Amino acid sequence: MTKKVSDNSRRQFLGGVAATAGVAAASSFVPTKFAIAGKAPVKVGILLPYSGTYAMLGNSITNAMKMRLEQAGGMLGGRPIKYIGVDSEMSVPKAAPNTKKLIDKEKVDFLVGPVHSGIAAAMAKIVGKRKTPIMIVPNAGSNAVTGPLCAPNIFRCSFSNWQPAFPGGKLMADEGHKTAITISWKYGAGIQMMAAGTESFEANGGKVIKDIQVPFPKVEFQAFLSDIAALKPDAVFAFFSGGGAVKFVKDYAAAGLKENIPLYGPGFLTEGVSAAQGAAAEGIKTTLHYSADLDNAANQKFRTDYTKAYGKGPNVFSVQGFDTASLMLQAAAAVQGDMGATGDVITAMENAVFLDSPRGQWKMSKAHNPIQNIYLRQVQGGKQKLLGIAAEALEDPAKGCKLA
Amino acid sequence: MTQEKIMRFILIGFVAILAAGPLYLETYYTELFIHMMVLGIFAMSLDLLIGYTGLVSFGHAAFFGLAGYLLAIVTPETEPTAIWISLPVVLAGCAIAAAVIGWFSVRTSGIYFIMITLAFAQMFFYYFNENNDLGGSDGMFISNKPLVGWGDFQFLDLENTTSLYYLVFAGLLASYFLLRTILNAPFGQVIKGIKANEHRTKALGYNTQNYKLVVFIIAGTMAGFAGFLEAASSGIVSPGNLHWHHSGIVIMLVILGGMGTLYGAVFGAFILTLLQDKYTGMVELMPDFMSGMADHWHLFQGIFIILVVLLVPNGAVSLLAKISQALGKKEDAK
Amino acid sequence: MDFSTFLIQVLNGFQYGFLLFLVASGLTLVFGIMGIINLAHGAFYMLGAYLTYWLIGYTGNLFLAILGGILIMAVLGYLIERLAISYLYDRDHLHQVLLTYGLILIIDDLQKILWGTDFYSVPVPEILAGGIQMTENQEYPIYRLFISVVCMILAAGLYVLINKTKLGMMIRAGASNREMSQALGIDISKIFAIVFSLGVTLAAFSGMIGSPISSVFPGMGSEILIVSFVVVVVGGIGSVKGAFVGAMIIGLADTFGTVLLPEFASVVVYAVMAIVLLWRPQGLFGQT
Repeated sequence: MTKKVSDNSRRQFLGGVAATAGVAAASSFVPTKFAIAGKAPVKVGILLPYSGTYAMLGNSITNAMKMRLEQAGGMLGGRPIKYIGVDSEMSVPKAAPNTKKLIDKEKVDFLVGPVHSGIAAAMAKIVGKRKTPIMIVPNAGSNAVTGPLCAPNIFRCSFSNWQPAFPGGKLMADEGHKTAITISWKYGAGIQMMAAGTESFEANGGKVIKDIQVPFPKVEFQAFLSDIAALKPDAVFAFFSGGGAVKFVKDYAAAGLKENIPLYGPGFLTEGVSAAQGAAAEGIKTTLHYSADLDNAANQKFRTDYTKAYGKGPNVFSVQGFDTASLMLQAAAAVQGDMGATGDVITAMENAVFLDSPRGQWKMSKAHNPIQNIYLRQVQGGKQKLLGIAAEALEDPAKGCKLA
Repeated sequence: MTQEKIMRFILIGFVAILAAGPLYLETYYTELFIHMMVLGIFAMSLDLLIGYTGLVSFGHAAFFGLAGYLLAIVTPETEPTAIWISLPVVLAGCAIAAAVIGWFSVRTSGIYFIMITLAFAQMFFYYFNENNDLGGSDGMFISNKPLVGWGDFQFLDLENTTSLYYLVFAGLLASYFLLRTILNAPFGQVIKGIKANEHRTKALGYNTQNYKLVVFIIAGTMAGFAGFLEAASSGIVSPGNLHWHHSGIVIMLVILGGMGTLYGAVFGAFILTLLQDKYTGMVELMPDFMSGMADHWHLFQGIFIILVVLLVPNGAVSLLAKISQALGKKEDAK
Repeated sequence: MDFSTFLIQVLNGFQYGFLLFLVASGLTLVFGIMGIINLAHGAFYMLGAYLTYWLIGYTGNLFLAILGGILIMAVLGYLIERLAISYLYDRDHLHQVLLTYGLILIIDDLQKILWGTDFYSVPVPEILAGGIQMTENQEYPIYRLFISVVCMILAAGLYVLINKTKLGMMIRAGASNREMSQALGIDISKIFAIVFSLGVTLAAFSGMIGSPISSVFPGMGSEILIVSFVVVVVGGIGSVKGAFVGAMIIGLADTFGTVLLPEFASVVVYAVMAIVLLWRPQGLFGQT
């Protein structure tokens, strides 16, 4: 604490000296480069939604990330941390200026974000062209980020849209369904997830008879539900998240469809919202890279700590934030805080191990996307119940990535 | 010194500050200034409608966004398109769109005009938002900046931020003087007459609907010019560019700066963007400050807007005018 | 599409129309009588839903929660009119638009401070739970039918209020001629405060009554706002009857646009609005 104060006063002092044009005198106060590496904070820029529909995701990620860093003493490679957060407002047009602000103005070492796939692509375009900073995606699943847009300094700690959806298609086929309708919001994540689910469902003998794309972010589903009822598929494969997921699952059950046409989907359909969905979510099977009841010590500790710190249980988004912090810690430790050694930082991140990850151990693929288990979960009694592993150590195909 | 002279000094000083921008600005601020000048063009084009003709368009972002999409469509992924081709295509596209929307809209007035322009803009928004071939809600990238040159000869390299800056700066000045010329011409007198009293102007024998339509097309095309520059400099266009929020924000720029002056709209763009850059969106995440009020910048933005509306209804220019008036009086006293 | 599916989709269209009317009714009153474009209408809708979620935690009963919410919102609406909007009557529409835009930002943030960013839902009351079997595999939720009934009662109530009561007469007088009604001794500023409060309460009420089927989440008001504007403009600004008819048209257009022209689903609604305005620039039931 005292150190921080003295740092501040030195900076003020410097400013004062410079203002009185005592430039020569001031230069003796400027610390050497080595000293900067030792004392100056590592800058962590964060671009996540803190307002609007997806603010819950931004907060869950930030909370867990901060918790993990504080558990490690609040230091990265022996240097204190300075967080610079920007509300992404889920706005694609603001993505480029916000990213440039964090890179060019704030000169961040790590750039953490975003939640939205469209923003992810815009950010990756900018970051991938440069050597620094290191970008870590704590949620957005856009296949392109670790596909055509992949770059040495872009990593992802969450999932690709392909990953949680692909095993879901096979699951439906394995459970004896011949025909299905896919329904999702008409935007990047929805389209990519439905494509992956369809791919594996049809590879295993199923047939998708209709792909319904709901204009984003519309939440009036009644007409689509009648459409589904009229077409009578064996199963429905759906992606929605947040408020849309709550409403879709409730409307689906209220229309009496749940009893006749089982609902499947990537885990976001019920993740973090099953309490709000109540009985309507009961029995829905989903596939995701996390399940709250995973029986490993890391997950139990994580859940206890998180609940204690924030008064409510964590979700998959907080797990992703937690692992993002783990990745930063390992990277900074490997170079003892010298973030300028970009090559070494990247090597350390590529070889990072996530022993304490609540989702179970995983590692980075060549395209910098997690190679991870996808779990089969079912909502039972308002909670996620782990039924098994839907796909073990699943790796994204990383189509179009030059690193892979 | 008269009030007018002082205002002129302020404007010349402002232009000089802009002209020298790249000399003293860091890369980040150079890009921010580019963005502000583009917004300034956009806001001026709306001021022509709101401030001079009395047509409150709540769908002006439609042209801004449409221009970006047209540029994205005519720019292949592998090579740049010459600006001599892309710019006319974009401007023509926006002019046609403005002609169609305008033809329908100028038949209405007042609140109905506000709503019908909004409706058309929403149609454009949803068209792009739901068209997967055009990137859907994620938008499209413009991989190559427009080529300013012929064949292999490059006159200006727009990848270079300074070149881009001066191109946009020239665009801002050109737009301003073009609008000034239009407003000083007899045509300009007629549209001002429409704002003051449409019935009287009609009684004088002018076909006001045709005049309003032409103004709408000029404004739409100029908004398209701004949209072209925005898409070219940022390299991305998305449905957010056409969202009604964006139309609302540009109205706010015009009011905040002071409508019916043109340069007021530019001031509005600068003031709001600089304020936003400084205060908004930044969430202070220092551990002990997390739950602090910095997290709630929307709240302050809202309060700021309401205070401006209640206390400074005629915008920043009216404040400037008051200051220069006071200065002028002091001068006279000497 | 076979005939029974068609009928169900028609029902869906009307059902959606009823929801839209609930929101649009308050908007058209404020719009028509006070000439104010209230962009914050959607934010009040959201506030209503959150209040219901919050109050149901204390009362355990949806209807009691709604009653409490109505009281709170009526007072809030009155205060906002007195403290801010009442200063803007002589100004341009623009300033009012901007002021209510500022209100959106404030309300959104207050919602974040008061209730956080999580997603909530409100249970359907026991007596209205369940559904009616429509086809072999589809049920129609009773609660949705209940909303339709409430909506029709509300429409009738508003009609009576505006056309048959003394308050309604004063409101109509104020809308058509401000100076004249003032000269006749009607306290126009009080009337406006009441109308704005009524509009806010109607917005919130639609959020409240709709909360069991809409779920409660940040930003839920911004989507419904623009569609409600479309309804109001199609029906004719200030006309409750127009809002009702407009809501039905837009509800049906949206439903069938969704099913028949999925590529242009959202465009259809705005296209309908443009067509109506070309035919009748003042809307279906608007006065010129």
